[in-house]
Amino acid sequence: MSMAIPVRKFDAVIVGAGGAGLRAALQLSEAGLKTAVLSKVFPTRSHTVAAQGGVSASLGNSEPDHWHWHMYDTVKGSDWLGDQDAIEFMCREAPNVVVELEHFGMPFDRNADGTIYQRPFGGHMSNFGEKPVRRACAAADRTGHAMLHALYQRNVRANTQFFVEWMALDLVRDAEGNVQGVVAMEMETSEIYVFQAKATLFATGGAGRIYASSTNAFINTGDGLGMAARAGIPLEDMEFWQFHPTGVAGAGVLITEGVRGEGGILRNAQGERFMERYAPNAKDLASRDVVSRAMVTEINEGRGCGPNKDHVLLDITHLDPEVIMSKLPGIREISIKFAGVDPIKAPIPVVPTCHYQMGGIPTNYKGEVVVDGNTVKGFYAAGEVACASVHGANRLGTNSLLDLLVFGKSSGNSMIDFIKTAPKDLPELHKADVERSVARVERLNNQKNGSNVHEARDAMQRTMQAHCGVFRFKDMLAKGVEKILEVEKMVQTTEIADKSKTFNTARIEALELENLIEVAKATMISANARTESRGAHVRDDAADTPENPNGRDDQNWLKHTLWHRDGNRLDYKAVNMKPLTVETIALKTRSY
Amino acid sequence: MSMQTVKFRIYRYDPDKDAKPYMQDISVEVDPSTERKLLDALVKLKVVDESLSFRRSCREGVCGSDAMNINGKNGLACITDIDTLKQPIEVRPLPGLPVIRDLIVDMTQFFKQYHSIKPYVINDTPAPDRERLQSQEDRKELDGLYECILCACCSTSCPSFWWNPDKFVGPAGLLAAYRFIADTRDTATNERLDNLEDPYRLFRCHTIMNCVDVCPKELNPTKAIGKIKELMLKRVA
Repeated sequence: MSMAIPVRKFDAVIVGAGGAGLRAALQLSEAGLKTAVLSKVFPTRSHTVAAQGGVSASLGNSEPDHWHWHMYDTVKGSDWLGDQDAIEFMCREAPNVVVELEHFGMPFDRNADGTIYQRPFGGHMSNFGEKPVRRACAAADRTGHAMLHALYQRNVRANTQFFVEWMALDLVRDAEGNVQGVVAMEMETSEIYVFQAKATLFATGGAGRIYASSTNAFINTGDGLGMAARAGIPLEDMEFWQFHPTGVAGAGVLITEGVRGEGGILRNAQGERFMERYAPNAKDLASRDVVSRAMVTEINEGRGCGPNKDHVLLDITHLDPEVIMSKLPGIREISIKFAGVDPIKAPIPVVPTCHYQMGGIPTNYKGEVVVDGNTVKGFYAAGEVACASVHGANRLGTNSLLDLLVFGKSSGNSMIDFIKTAPKDLPELHKADVERSVARVERLNNQKNGSNVHEARDAMQRTMQAHCGVFRFKDMLAKGVEKILEVEKMVQTTEIADKSKTFNTARIEALELENLIEVAKATMISANARTESRGAHVRDDAADTPENPNGRDDQNWLKHTLWHRDGNRLDYKAVNMKPLTVETIALKTRSY
Repeated sequence: MSMQTVKFRIYRYDPDKDAKPYMQDISVEVDPSTERKLLDALVKLKVVDESLSFRRSCREGVCGSDAMNINGKNGLACITDIDTLKQPIEVRPLPGLPVIRDLIVDMTQFFKQYHSIKPYVINDTPAPDRERLQSQEDRKELDGLYECILCACCSTSCPSFWWNPDKFVGPAGLLAAYRFIADTRDTATNERLDNLEDPYRLFRCHTIMNCVDVCPKELNPTKAIGKIKELMLKRVA
């Protein structure tokens, strides 16, 4: 049947048009390569648009800063699970890519001397952890929006070819495992095409929608992870999910850490600034995992706010209203619209909310996908879908936008190099993967007496929320694995009543769920196996020792998890402790 | 939790099965403590009738996906409170653009106009090693311009755009044009004005100000258009 599937040929195919995809596309388009960028949504609707607080770079515009301090903070933030070569690469590149972004037209806020405005952020310190430093380059509290639009605009200038509202369905690999492109569906017509290319980049973003409560957009359904897993690529460190301390209670909408950067304070029901007890030095600007756990502890111990004592308060009433209006206008808007409070007058009710996936498709710092120590020819990943790994067990705020810029660019460059040395003509298309992909869609179209997409998704999201949250429990995780495997059975028999070929969003949602469930399985199974506490993964049964008072077990668990879809098999690989040029940042107990 | 019924009258059209569009009367139960926005109710509706089609993504008013015509006025479903709306809530696709299905319109013409103003900084002087400097005052000129989310609420509420979507740039595109004119880092003001010097592209704006009225980000395209017109006049003088 795949004989009838039309094939479109390119030098490069990029799946996803958020920050990473657009940054990579720019490299390829400007190099004159024939590049297709596929996106489920118009590029400026990608979830990068929702990032608020800033993008980190040691520009030192307000006070001394150094990439090496940024690197230290990132390694420490990662709870030493990040690969130090990739982290050094990212932190050294940061000033370059941020300045480039400014040259692209990014409307950064400015200091009095005309340089880019920088604000303090969680875990950003000067002089190897000494005191908070202004490193987050910001455009008010709309940094992601400003960045995504600037990158899209630059791509308009570069004549990048976009395929808007196309959903990639599956990866195509040849008999040797080399990647040949993707199968994709045009959403408006439901037509299926193969996009064949010499190099394929996944920049599909995260999968926060595996949880019931998430700051993530509806489109964040882990499509790249699902495609990779089905194609036999393992997923790395999927147990590590960041719960952002300040989601609007009830709504889940994000309130940037930049609010605390500008002086905001978290308070419990007694009005106490409780972070002073948990992080005496950094206080409200401790790393996100630390702050989220402190908040949940306050709530669990009865010091939560509101009639149900189920949230805490983010207070900026002491700030100058002028600062709020100029530096945090978007937050004020969100707070009024989603929490019903004007933060100039009253504190914002907040609760830790699923926000970011630290794990993903295993890559090196060049954006090349690496499996069993070898690169997968023709396959690249960048941004939240990838695991380089720079975020390790916990990402620092503003390092996500930086990740998009640095690894979007580096993967674009790697693809250019690869394409230049590849044979001029594309090889014969390997049909088996195409046929499998088409069969998957046909299964869905023809399913009878199947399960309901909404019910299956709901069951998955509730299971993840209850069994794999901020604090994790041995028994709950084991139960969670059983439950998620039950949900998987539902997902395998989903049925849609809507058979229309025109912009069938019911079909799209069913296909998205097939990706989400792969991420949910990877997360639950990896979390169940890791019996220590590290970064965002904290378990009740992790043993505290004098050397490791936080339950971290470097002897047994200083290693990356790799989940394989086939048989839900787990294996592990060593953390790269060796930076590119500087000395290893040695293991230490993590405190803020 | 006490549930609340929300009544809708929704524009429906699936070219695969409908000879012509029709209005569907339908209602849905929402939990008013957590489901306060119009988008929450539409998502709930889609559980009842999965064939209902609309775009949505960020659900916080920043991606611009879920623009639609709500009780006769364009807006974003995700930041519109249900309890501010008269029921049955009449929901239609954005006016003036071809309908693909239900609330999903073909936005090709809208983006074509946006692209026509060269929406990127033009500056052919060699870039310095570090950022181009910009004073805080100069940066302030971009406030109220760069925040546009390209939702098309404004352009599709503009009669001039309805009549000449192929010739009139429309409020969103013109707001973007002024965003680059106002940027001290952009050196192509003259070229940009030339590009708009035309009986239709700019001058079809008759300051009806529907754009200002509907903008979900509270931006003011009419003011930006006025500033472009001022620059045109100054240039002649």
